Amino acid sequence: MLHLILFLVFAAICIAGAVNLLIQRHPISSALSLVVVMASLAAEYLLLGAEFVAAVQVIVYAGAVMVLFVFVIMLLNAGEEDRIGGSHVALVVGIPGILAGGLLTAWILLKQTGDLTIGALLGDPKTIGSLLFHDFLLPFEVTSVLILIAIMGAVVLANRPETINPGKKEN
Amino acid sequence: MVPLSYYLILSGILFSCGVLGFLIKRNIITIFMSIELMLNGVNLSFVAFAAHWQHLSGQIFVFFVMVVAAAEAAVGLAIIIAVYRTRETLNVDQVNLLKL
Amino acid sequence: MLSNTAYLVSSVIKIVFTIFFLLTSVAYTVWLERKVVGRMQNRWGPQRVGPFGLLQPAADGVKFLLKEDLTPPHVYRPLFIAAPLIAVICALSSISVIPFGGTLTLFGYEIPLQVTDINIGLLVILGITSMGVYGVALAGWSSNNKYSLLGGLRASAQMISYELSLGLSLVGVLILSGTFSLRQIVEGQQGHFLGFIPKWNLIYGGQFIAFFIYLMSAYAETNRIPFDLPEAEAELCAGYHTEYSAMKFAMFFMAEYANMITVSCLATLLFLGGWNGPIFGPPLLQSLLPVLYFLIKVVGFLFVYIWVRGTLPRFRYDQLMAFGWKFLLPLSIANIVVTALIVAWRA
Repeated sequence: MLHLILFLVFAAICIAGAVNLLIQRHPISSALSLVVVMASLAAEYLLLGAEFVAAVQVIVYAGAVMVLFVFVIMLLNAGEEDRIGGSHVALVVGIPGILAGGLLTAWILLKQTGDLTIGALLGDPKTIGSLLFHDFLLPFEVTSVLILIAIMGAVVLANRPETINPGKKEN
Repeated sequence: MVPLSYYLILSGILFSCGVLGFLIKRNIITIFMSIELMLNGVNLSFVAFAAHWQHLSGQIFVFFVMVVAAAEAAVGLAIIIAVYRTRETLNVDQVNLLKL
Repeated sequence: MLSNTAYLVSSVIKIVFTIFFLLTSVAYTVWLERKVVGRMQNRWGPQRVGPFGLLQPAADGVKFLLKEDLTPPHVYRPLFIAAPLIAVICALSSISVIPFGGTLTLFGYEIPLQVTDINIGLLVILGITSMGVYGVALAGWSSNNKYSLLGGLRASAQMISYELSLGLSLVGVLILSGTFSLRQIVEGQQGHFLGFIPKWNLIYGGQFIAFFIYLMSAYAETNRIPFDLPEAEAELCAGYHTEYSAMKFAMFFMAEYANMITVSCLATLLFLGGWNGPIFGPPLLQSLLPVLYFLIKVVGFLFVYIWVRGTLPRFRYDQLMAFGWKFLLPLSIANIVVTALIVAWRA
């Protein structure tokens, strides 16, 4: 009972944040709604027992990646979006279409059985660490190389052109 | 005792909101944030299935998805900054010099 | 074990007591700072309001409440009001996983002196610290003022850079203790070696380099001198909190000092042995003495904070970032490697 109530509360916050991301016109409000979605997803992960994943979600995703987004929005001084003329046909056909497809999928999913208890699979750091370093060692090392490539790529792409060729001057 | 399907439905709703945002929005940063929303929806279904089949590799995969998403966010935002410096706009409709 | 209602009631009492205690400590840390910095500069510090100026924080509180709370017309209002709230909420939440002492036996119940003991307590504190960056960044941006924006961006870039070396310096302690739970880390530091030297992680665990890195990263995380360029008055006209007055400014102030106290509590738990110390006397005294030792160590760490503030000049921003990325980060990674090698060699 408590599990259901907690799940529904955090699910409602998730969906409200996701819809708010779509509705808001200023990117900073969308970014902050996404932070709310990520924080409530971390709570959902805790309900499923994935405590390490929840902590990493808050530290990495909500605390670093989204800060990066907020920085870029602030630096580029992104303003509000202009209203575009969307097609009315898309609204008339699209919204019922999405609803029909969504309800059909939900009905099929609800016929599956299988309940999850609160804290169903405890993902404590010790077990996850031993899995990461024994069974999943190769992907772990490859992702570290990936992060290195991403760092180098981001530094090169965001550099101002003058600093790459400091010797070139206009004649 | 929450049925597994509830988690999957929530994950589906988040993913659909991400797809809608990707298709509807015109600001490039908001499009990028919709991609992150899609990845988060998928993460939720991974963790739910890990709990259902009692197999921790679901949670490990979420870890890798997060790492890849972080790397992609870093490089993507650097590209956005580079595009902004030349085009002076964040509206994807106006980055159309290659159009016929 | 406590029954459900007893657990709920004791949790609520602990939360109320802890928040009250934290807010009072914040006020008196301000008093301590003003007194100590004053004495270092060969002047008295506050001494008129009450004996030794002890009622000065009360007077400051009244001033902040009665001052005019001005919201300039050109700000982005929702975020302008939300930013100090985010800062204060994050600063006050991280106290919930910090244990103050062993267990207290009252009316036949064993109550652990901690609001909640999570398996991943240390990660919770790191996560909440990461969320605190939003308060600073949004305050700088929503003020719609170029100095605030620059100050806010610099402060948040500094905070996320030093979060890395802060977290990595704690990994050495984690390797030694094998757990993220703060209570178990402290329990691993009980006992003595060579007769009288306590088995703190700083001495017996050999984490003195990690302590040094943690100290500096903590100063940078909480935006204190020598790393306080983003909020310096002379440089950036008070940086991200330029446009804030009265209660909202008081909230930023409270958030900064509450962060200082949390960081000091964490240093005490992880490096200085937490609440371990000589225990003697009747059972009630035995439960309260660990809390006293914890408080003494935390106040000692805060004194070092204030001492450094009164002594050192400020870093320039590029020196600050170079120090964090090019010196502290490789040093903390080297500390992890050396600690792991020693632990593996001993096993």
